[in-house]
Amino acid sequence: MVGAPGIRIEALAIRRGGVPILGPLTLTLAATGLTVIMGPNGSGKTSLLRALHGLERLSGGAVHWPDGTGDPNARQALVFQTPILMRRSVADNIAYPLRLDGVPLAEARARAEAMAAEVGLRGAMARPAQVLSGGERQKMALARALIRAPGVLLLDEPCANLDGRSTTDIEVVLHRARARGTRIILATHDIAQARRLADDVVFLHHGQLIEVGAGAAFFAQPLSPEATAYLKGELLP
Amino acid sequence: MPLEPAATGRRRDRGMGRAAMNEILQGLAQAAQLLAGLDADLIEITLLSLRVSVTATLVSALIALPLGAWLAVSRFRARRVVIVVLNALMGLPPVVVGLVVYVIFSRAGPLGVLGLLFTPTAMVIAQVIIVAPIIASIAHQTIRDLWADYHDLLISLNATRAQRIKALLWDGRRALITAALAGFGRAIGEVGAIMVVGGNIDHATRALTTAIALETGKGDFGMALALGFILIALAVAVNLAVHLLSRTERSSRW
Amino acid sequence: MKLPQSLAMAATGLWLAVAAQAEDLKLAVTTSFANSGLAEVLLPAILADTGINVQLLVVGTGQALKLGEAGDVDAVLVHARAAEEAWLAAGNGTHRREIMYNDFVLVGPSGDPAAIKAAPTAVAAMQAIVATEAPFVSRGDDSGTHKAELALWQKAGIRPAGDWYRAVGQGMGAALNTAAGMNAYILSDRASWLNFGNKADLALLFAGDTMMFNQYAYLPVNPVKYPHVKADAVATLEAWLTSDKARALIEGYKVAGEPLFVFNAQPM
Repeated sequence: MVGAPGIRIEALAIRRGGVPILGPLTLTLAATGLTVIMGPNGSGKTSLLRALHGLERLSGGAVHWPDGTGDPNARQALVFQTPILMRRSVADNIAYPLRLDGVPLAEARARAEAMAAEVGLRGAMARPAQVLSGGERQKMALARALIRAPGVLLLDEPCANLDGRSTTDIEVVLHRARARGTRIILATHDIAQARRLADDVVFLHHGQLIEVGAGAAFFAQPLSPEATAYLKGELLP
Repeated sequence: MPLEPAATGRRRDRGMGRAAMNEILQGLAQAAQLLAGLDADLIEITLLSLRVSVTATLVSALIALPLGAWLAVSRFRARRVVIVVLNALMGLPPVVVGLVVYVIFSRAGPLGVLGLLFTPTAMVIAQVIIVAPIIASIAHQTIRDLWADYHDLLISLNATRAQRIKALLWDGRRALITAALAGFGRAIGEVGAIMVVGGNIDHATRALTTAIALETGKGDFGMALALGFILIALAVAVNLAVHLLSRTERSSRW
Repeated sequence: MKLPQSLAMAATGLWLAVAAQAEDLKLAVTTSFANSGLAEVLLPAILADTGINVQLLVVGTGQALKLGEAGDVDAVLVHARAAEEAWLAAGNGTHRREIMYNDFVLVGPSGDPAAIKAAPTAVAAMQAIVATEAPFVSRGDDSGTHKAELALWQKAGIRPAGDWYRAVGQGMGAALNTAAGMNAYILSDRASWLNFGNKADLALLFAGDTMMFNQYAYLPVNPVKYPHVKADAVATLEAWLTSDKARALIEGYKVAGEPLFVFNAQPM
C-alpha cells in the first residue's frame, strides 16, 4: 500500500443514534488502480463508499485525498446500487452533470451520446430513462458518472441486479477507465467479480476492517479467519 | 290583483310540484337560448371570472411554486412551523378571507387609501390568499417526494441549492402544473370571498359564482342555469387538462 | 404605418377617450330598489346624459349606510327615514333628498290562512298572523323593509318569536324566493313584488295602510369627512335624479301595466 501518496483514512467512524455503523477505520489506499471493498451484507461497504464520497456525516475521523484539494467531491463520481433516474430522457440524464458545469445544451447532448456509445447503450437516447431495463439503467448511470472524466469513480454493487451480459459490459467499461488512470473503488459481494477486477481488496465485517491486501495475495491466501470462511462461501455470524 | 282559487290538499301539492318542474324546464330552455345566442351579459360575466381567477392563479403560482420547492430542499429550524402554518392556511374558509381583506381595504381600514375595495383587484388579492397556500402545499409535497429520489444524486454531482431547485421544478413540472390547475379550480368556483370584497357590482365585479347566487336568489333560474353550465364546463375542462397531463407523464414526451 | 397597426392605434385611442369620459361613481342601494328593475332603466340613461357610470352595490339599508359611514361608496339610496336621519346627525352625509316613493304590501299564500285580506289595518293583519302562527319570512337584515316590518310589530305590541317566524338575512328578491318556497307571509315593497318572477302560490293580500308608506331618499356621503368622494359626480347625479327626465322614466316604469314608483322629488 506504500509508494505514491495514497488515500489516507484516519479513524473514520460513523455512528447513528449511538449505534456504531462503521469504524473506527484507519488505513491507506493506493493512489491508483482498482480497489474492491468486500464483505457480507451489513458489513459497512456502502457506508464506507458513501463516507469516502462525502455523502455521510462522519462521527469521527477524516479522509485525506492525494490531490489535497480538501473537497473530496471535486473530481469524484458515485454509481449507486439502484440507479437514480432523473425524470427526463436518457440523453438529458447523461448530459446533466455537464449542464451543471454550464456546458451548452447541444454540446452536452452530443457528448452524452458519445458516452452512451462507449458504455454500449444504443439507440435509446431520446426516450425517457424510465423505459430502460435494469442493465441499461446501470449503464446510463455509469455513463453519467464518467462524463465529467472524474479522477475517482466509486461504485456501490453496480451489477447486483444484472445478468451476465450486462455485468460483462460494465466490467469492460471499468477496465477501460482504469487503463485511462481513473481511480476506481468498487463495493461488491460477488466474489467472482472481485477476483476478476481487484488490484487491492479491503475486507469488512460488522463495520470493522478485518483485512487489507493486494488482490492476488488475498484470494490465494487470506490471512483472517473471517475472510477465509467468506471466500469459501460460508456464512459469517 | 286577481287571486288564484285555492287548491285543496293533494291536488294542490301535485299542482305545485308540476309548477316547480315547469319552472326548471323553463329555466333550462332559457339557459339554452342564452348560451346559443352568446348573450352579452353571459360573456361579460364569464370573462371577468376568467380574468380574476386566471390572474389569481398565475400570481399564486409565481409565489407558491418556488416557495414550495425551497421548503422541500431547505433545512432550517422554523421549517416545520412554516409547513404547519401553510397547511393551516389551506383550511381558511374563503368567506373569512374575504372578510379580512374587506376590513383591510375598506376606506376606514389600514389600506383604504388604495381605493381597492369593490374592484376586481381586491377579488384577485382575496383569491391569491386562498389559492397560494394550496399550490404551495401541493408543490411542497410533490417536490419533497422528488427530492427524496434525487437527493443523493444531486449532492453527489455537487449541484448548488439553486441548481437543485431548478432541476426539481423542471422535472416535476407536470405535477406542479397540476397543482396550479387545482388552484385555478378552487378559484373559479369560489364565491364567498369575491362576493364580500367585490360587491357583485353589475358590469364591474360580477363573476360567474356571484351572479349565480344573485340570479338564484331572485328566482331567475334561466340565467343562473346558463352560468352554471359554463362553470361546469370550465371545471370539466380543468379536470380534462389534469388528466391529459398525467397521461403525458407516462410517455414523457415534453 | 401598416393598416393593422394604425387600426390598433385608433382603437386604443378611442377606447382611452371613452374610458376617460365615463366617470365611475359607487352608489349603495337597497335590494328593494334593485329588485324592482328600475335600475336597468335609469342607469343607461344616466350614463348617456351625464357620462357617469353608476356602480351599484346592492345591499340592505343598514349595510348601505355602513358603507357610506366607512367612505367605501360615494352616495346612498335607501328607504328608512329614522335611520337616515340618525346617519346624517352623525356627520356621515351632507343632506337627504327624497326622490320617489311606493308602498309596502303584505304578500302570502293564496289560501290566506290568517285571513289578513279582511284585516282593517296593517297592525291587525300582523296580529292575525301571530294568532294563527302562520309562517312569516322576515328580511332580518337591518334593511329598510326590515325596519318597516319591525315598526309594524312594535305598533302591534308583539315581539315575534317562534318556529313560524323565519328571519332569513337576505335581500328582497331572495327573501321573496324563500317565502315562495315556504308558502309563507312576507312584507315586501310593491315594486319588488310586481317584478318578482317566481311567485309560485303567493299573492298580494293586504295593502294601503299609511304605515306602509315607503319613501326612497338619496344621501351623498360627506366629502369633508372623505375627500376622495366624487362630490361633483354625486351632485350631478342628484340633479339628474330630481330632473324631469328622471320623473318621466320613473313614472313611466311599469310592470304588468302598473307603475311601481311615484316620483316626489323637488327640483334643485
